[in-house]
Amino acid sequence: MKFDLFVLPFTLGVIFLLGYLGYKYATWFRGLNKSDRSKVISGFFSVRLFRAVNEIIMESLLHRNIFRRNRLLGFMHMSLAFGWFLLIAIGNLESRVYEPTSMNLPYVPIFFKFFNANPDAFPLHRVFSFTMDLLLLLVLGGVALAFLKRFFSKAYGMKRTTRLMLGDRLALTTLWLIFPLRLLAESFTSAVYGGGDFLTGTFGSFLGSFLPAANLYYPAWWAYSLSLGVFFLALPFSRYMHIPTEVVLILSRHFGLAEHAERTPFTEVEINSCSRCGVCLDACQLSFAGGVQNIQSTYQLKSIRYNSIQPTESFGCNMCGRCDNVCPVGIDISGIRMITRNELNGKVPDVSFAEQSMPHAHKSDVIYFAGCMTHQTPSIKKAMVSLLETAGVNYWFMDEWGGLCCGRPMMLAGHKAQADIMIEKNRKLIIESGARILVTSCPICYKVFAKEYNLNIRVMHHTQYLLELAESHKIRPGHLAGNAVYHDPCELSRDIKVYEEPRKLLGKMVQVKSNEFEKDNALCCGNSLANLSADNDIRRKVTEDAYIKMNASGSQYLVTSCPMCKKAFEKVADVEVKDIAELVVRSMQKSRSPVKASGLKVAHPVEVIAG
Amino acid sequence: MINFGYKIQADRQVDYDAGNHRIFDFVRKSEPSIDWCMSCGTCASACTASASTEYSLCRLILNARRGMEDEILKSVYRCRFCGKCINACPRGVNTRNIVYLMQLAVTKISKHEI
Ligand code: SF4
Ligand code: SF4
Ligand code: SF4
Ligand code: SF4
Repeated sequence: MKFDLFVLPFTLGVIFLLGYLGYKYATWFRGLNKSDRSKVISGFFSVRLFRAVNEIIMESLLHRNIFRRNRLLGFMHMSLAFGWFLLIAIGNLESRVYEPTSMNLPYVPIFFKFFNANPDAFPLHRVFSFTMDLLLLLVLGGVALAFLKRFFSKAYGMKRTTRLMLGDRLALTTLWLIFPLRLLAESFTSAVYGGGDFLTGTFGSFLGSFLPAANLYYPAWWAYSLSLGVFFLALPFSRYMHIPTEVVLILSRHFGLAEHAERTPFTEVEINSCSRCGVCLDACQLSFAGGVQNIQSTYQLKSIRYNSIQPTESFGCNMCGRCDNVCPVGIDISGIRMITRNELNGKVPDVSFAEQSMPHAHKSDVIYFAGCMTHQTPSIKKAMVSLLETAGVNYWFMDEWGGLCCGRPMMLAGHKAQADIMIEKNRKLIIESGARILVTSCPICYKVFAKEYNLNIRVMHHTQYLLELAESHKIRPGHLAGNAVYHDPCELSRDIKVYEEPRKLLGKMVQVKSNEFEKDNALCCGNSLANLSADNDIRRKVTEDAYIKMNASGSQYLVTSCPMCKKAFEKVADVEVKDIAELVVRSMQKSRSPVKASGLKVAHPVEVIAG
Repeated sequence: MINFGYKIQADRQVDYDAGNHRIFDFVRKSEPSIDWCMSCGTCASACTASASTEYSLCRLILNARRGMEDEILKSVYRCRFCGKCINACPRGVNTRNIVYLMQLAVTKISKHEI
């Protein structure tokens, strides 16, 4: 049997790591609820497994998504992950070819050169030693890039790089040492016993020319094994936990697991899958425009993982979803933030808060729900009411009296239980009215109606509904001079992707100028209701920066479809800022199509049922 | 006592030292804009919750200033975070954060952290 004391650190490290991971993943699996557990089990016996494996190869090994963001960063991750994987795989093959019969313990391929110092006699030996040298070079290239990244992160498309924890430092240092030490060990061995190829052979003879290789090669193997052992020991407590966990994440996702309202083992898997690559940092407007550097996703996930999350970190984010959109691991960061916010609030004292009486439901075909923010931008609700009147729709203005609020701000503030009470009250009214379509002017309301209300009717944002009215010629938007830049509100973009309807509707009236910051890459207006902490100064900085980036100066209009975005941009814009509904009304007036007045009074009698 | 035919009323002066100001201090530490509030009541007139329930942000802030914890507890969980008050406030007070921080303070008090 091939054995030497120095293999112990490595071997113990591997045993610890496998034991720890096995224990951890088993605990997570046991913690899943019944339906999720059966999803996982049946997933293993379905075609989904193959799709998952394909993604594991593309992402965990080749890092395709990071490549898409940035080639250099992608190459760094790829050369480390894929190179190392091949080193292990081909190393194993090599040692099995050479010793098909004898006992071949797992550490033998790792320390192959030590146990087979000069394998000239073996078949294929040149092919193998060349390949192994090439792979080592690839990995060393990755290590060198990682090293440089710490100092020149700009070249990697990253303005900021993540801060390090103590456990990470240990793992990071040993990871950087592993491959240079392997190079040294193999080179010294070549210097003493011959063998080695273009890398280890050449480097070995170079080193041997001025160093006592015969004395050094054995300590080098020790050092190599030690660095491996310590790395494996530190891995579960460092960011490198993401390496094995990302595989679990991809599998779970393909098996149909997702975030729930509460924390589940899937949440743990996601939290541990963050590689702290830092891609999310540069996407965050609060970082590049607002000057806030402590709320970004990677910090957030790290704090959650180490149980040190502070309320200000959690509630100081815009929930714009720009980071979700770029995360190469595809972590559902917004979902996790919602869970964290609820956890931070805990169970609140049982005070009744929505005991207010509600109006009667009116029978109608269509419900119009303006939303709190639209009530504070009355020109939008007036425009909408005019258009509904003009089109002759049988509608009910559900929150004309002010409404109960849709519940989403409450959810965003981490009070899901209370939000559910509000949702239930509104839901009852909506169902009672018998309407088939619910139209809202506020993207915040739209999202919660569409995702949380479980309604059996069509939920539409007014951009979508107005387009339908226009296409069925119930309203006739006219032509306006000039062009417009359209701003996608966060709540209509990335997650829900209402992109085409507003552009199509707008295109009927003006020329729409596109820009780099639209659709999935749209910018938050800075006025997000999800952010509790940001002060006016931060908000304004984000708004100004977004306005400049969208390059709307020189157009006639900046058009949006969210009352909050409108309010934000009005403060900084040097062009007219309009909601799309207002623009429709204006275009109709300009082209002399008949438009009915909204007839909305300033104050409305509150119509309530007693109790 | 001699009956003069009238009673001396209880003292109606607000005693600012009588209350416990820890909630106000806690909020103010992270949200200094609470100091800008001039108790104008605009927030309450815009407020979704005030429209039909017993709740007023303006009063909440006053109660915090006076250290009236019982009053705060009665209404601090009634806010719906809808954001109307922020748009309405003429002083640019970060109103929702004040409500949130008051809630946080209440939680912390129940855990004996402040
Ligand atoms: S959250 Fe995603 S993008 Fe951000 S550091 Fe983690 S893996 Fe990278
Ligand atoms: S959701 Fe938006 S504001 Fe929040 S961390 Fe991500 S990018 Fe930044
Ligand atoms: S956020 Fe709260 S206090 Fe402000 S208007 Fe809405 S319900 Fe009222
Ligand atoms: S509107 Fe602003 S200044 Fe007026 S009472 Fe409310 S928070 Fe205070």
